[in-house]
Amino acid sequence: MKQTIPPPLRSASVLTVCLLGFALGACGSGENRVTAGNRDGVLHWGNASEPQGLDPHIATGVPEHKIIMALMEGLVLKDTTTLEPIPGVAKRWEISDDGLVYTFYLRENARWSNGDPHNAHDYVWSWWRALQPALGNLYAYMYFPIKNAQAYYEGEISDFDQVGVKALDDFTLQVSLNDPTPYFLQLLDHYSLFPVHRPTIEKFGAPDERGTRWTFEGNLVGNGAFQLEEWKINRYVRVGRNPYYWGAGDVKLNQIYFYPTENITTEERMFRAGQLHYTYEVPVDKVAVYQEKGSGELQIYPYLGSYFYRFNTRVEHLSDRRVRRALAMAVDRQQITDQVLKAGQVPSYAVTPPDTMGYFPESDLTFDPDKARALLTEAGYPDGAGFPKTEILYNTSEEHRKVAVAIQQMWKQYLNIDVTLLNQEWKVYLDSETNMDYEISRASWIGDYVDPNNFLDMWLCNGGNNRTGWCNPEYDRLVLEAAPKASSHEERLEIFKTAEKMLLADMPVLPIYIYTSKHLINPAIRNFPKNILNQPSFKDIYLDPSAARVAEAH
Amino acid sequence: MLRFAAGRLLQAIPVLLVVITATFLLVHSAPGGPFSAEKAVPAEVIKALEAQYQLDQPLWKQYVSYLGDIVNGNFGPSFKYPGRSVNELIAAGLPITAELGLYAMLIAVLIGISAGVFASLRPNTLQDYVPMSAAMLGICMPSFLLGPLLVLIFGIYLEWLPVSGWGDIPGDKILPSITLGAAYAAYIARLSRGQMLEVLSQDYIRTARAKGLPEPLIVVKHALRGGLIPVVAFLGPAFAGLLGGSFVVETIFQIPGLGRFYVQAAFNRDYTMILGMTIFFASLIILFNLLSDMLAIWLNPKLRHGSGAAKP
Repeated sequence: MKQTIPPPLRSASVLTVCLLGFALGACGSGENRVTAGNRDGVLHWGNASEPQGLDPHIATGVPEHKIIMALMEGLVLKDTTTLEPIPGVAKRWEISDDGLVYTFYLRENARWSNGDPHNAHDYVWSWWRALQPALGNLYAYMYFPIKNAQAYYEGEISDFDQVGVKALDDFTLQVSLNDPTPYFLQLLDHYSLFPVHRPTIEKFGAPDERGTRWTFEGNLVGNGAFQLEEWKINRYVRVGRNPYYWGAGDVKLNQIYFYPTENITTEERMFRAGQLHYTYEVPVDKVAVYQEKGSGELQIYPYLGSYFYRFNTRVEHLSDRRVRRALAMAVDRQQITDQVLKAGQVPSYAVTPPDTMGYFPESDLTFDPDKARALLTEAGYPDGAGFPKTEILYNTSEEHRKVAVAIQQMWKQYLNIDVTLLNQEWKVYLDSETNMDYEISRASWIGDYVDPNNFLDMWLCNGGNNRTGWCNPEYDRLVLEAAPKASSHEERLEIFKTAEKMLLADMPVLPIYIYTSKHLINPAIRNFPKNILNQPSFKDIYLDPSAARVAEAH
Repeated sequence: MLRFAAGRLLQAIPVLLVVITATFLLVHSAPGGPFSAEKAVPAEVIKALEAQYQLDQPLWKQYVSYLGDIVNGNFGPSFKYPGRSVNELIAAGLPITAELGLYAMLIAVLIGISAGVFASLRPNTLQDYVPMSAAMLGICMPSFLLGPLLVLIFGIYLEWLPVSGWGDIPGDKILPSITLGAAYAAYIARLSRGQMLEVLSQDYIRTARAKGLPEPLIVVKHALRGGLIPVVAFLGPAFAGLLGGSFVVETIFQIPGLGRFYVQAAFNRDYTMILGMTIFFASLIILFNLLSDMLAIWLNPKLRHGSGAAKP
């Protein structure tokens, strides 16, 4: 045997050289993805994570939501600026005088993306499917304003004909509600109430079977402005125009790529290198950089989400509402939003974000260290003396830690009490919170629809999202009985105000701030309105290459 | 050699069994389940989901049925991605992670061996210090620092290479391969330098020099073969390590490989996915260790001639 470099190594070195040469030679092609996309009408969208699935009756995440909004459509859409209902698959609708019966007139030219006719019967079947318990639809409660939907879902009645949805003919759908529900039209634009294509679902399994392959590449049939073209796991989901869409002529983009940009630092770099038109998030430490740059790429606007702490009211010293209110009054929210978060967040003194469908919560909560000290003294802890050891629980995240540290210092400074911090990994944290195995816990709530009800019905005595142990039957009565029966919009809002005041007087939650949406947006993106639901309308968006060039020239 | 391989493979069975059992118990005892979410999940939904994935069965029954599935090569359905099987997800990520690992390995071997040999020729001179200091730096510099640094220089400032992706934009494979390979290159450089120094002081090298052979020929033809043995021994575990440890690089560069699935699966309590990936990586490590041992036997005449006696 000849003594020489072992053959595997020899071929390895040859391979490497070829490989590097090829790769290096191929690079520097000049035009980046965004520039090419501006020319060809292809949008590159940072979408946070790999979608778990695209079944509208199973999905719960925001990234899934975005893709489904491109692929499917409900009876009613929202104007992306005013969030008022506008026609979707239904070209018009009538509401009975008592607000209980909605009649929708569907477009005769609506089609599924495979060309099949799309009509009122699709809705009856789809909503029946969405209410099958075996499907495990986490958004089933979105159907509960519909007459008998809850009873059917919970197995109290087994005849779906008793549920308030009827196809009067092929293009007329009638929906009956339990109570007048002012936000009902909004719900129709939520993906959990979208119709699904029955033959496709039945081809891949039983209607109530989870996780069949009907939503995969090559299988999915939808009714939206776009159709699924390619789904590369952990790489991208690509959608292209749906020629059968009723408004296909008005759709401007040719394709959208949704990228699972899990790492927001990488996402920001991708934006800088011209690989993305839009980022899902902006790293906190980059906000100031872009603000200074003043390029207009950084867009910050209010978001329908509330950041707060829960109190475990079953913990002895926290069961005293004076203690809870004292703690809440000793938090300088302005300092947290201005000095810690620095991205336009709004200090909040109530649970519901202001201007939620014209609703402004009334709150007597202020930052008032003197009053806080007095309250704490009254509760038996003068100058913090004898205050039991208390712990703030938060899920592991740099931002949550910073807020918790700030609050820890404020309580030390203003109340002279010591609290400790405990961070837990997400699922562990969820477990602790659900089992009420905490004292004070970080939490948040993002609205599904724009109505105070969405923020207030979580504090009902047996509400699954309450998790504070707080219970006030009068509050339950206001939210569950009085508000739905209100005779006018104003009266309804007044009832919610009264309820929220009750909640704040007892303070099982400590409001901290209202979220903002932060994105980096390429100037070529047009028709991209900022709304508090952070909900774009992909069929209206278009790309204007000249705008991008103007921005570059600056 | 065959007997050696067969023996080692038999040994692997109890090892894998221990890995499966330990992982199975660990994932099931971790707090938080695969279906817990921030929005309260109604009890009936949890029940329906647990029934679907047989999580309502006693733990030992789940274990037995899982073992049965594995024997048939079926890792089960993913909890996080309904409709996708673990096999399918591994199949989607493996070629990418393997390709990344291969390029990183090539870079590591090529740079590592050249630097190591180069340094060993003039020990304790500048020719030794410079590459070895660089190697020390390479070992110490974690990929989550090196990666962003390379991206900043070559992706953002010079605009030569894409900052992320894999096979989407020409040239996007270069930076991740270098990032992943760098630490291994550094280690290989130190390994080969050490062994080369030893080999170069051996009698047969002195003989070769006495015969008047030119120095390059001595190094390449005579010394290198002996000098590479520890490197080869290192390659097996290193390659398994590259495959299993690429998740940092995959996250930095947005690469759709296996590593990202592994990390996500742990956060999501995707039991079947965690188990499937662990078993898969354990098997890979066993296999690559075996391969590198076999390669070392083939490279080293001393071991080769006594291979009948080299009981595992």
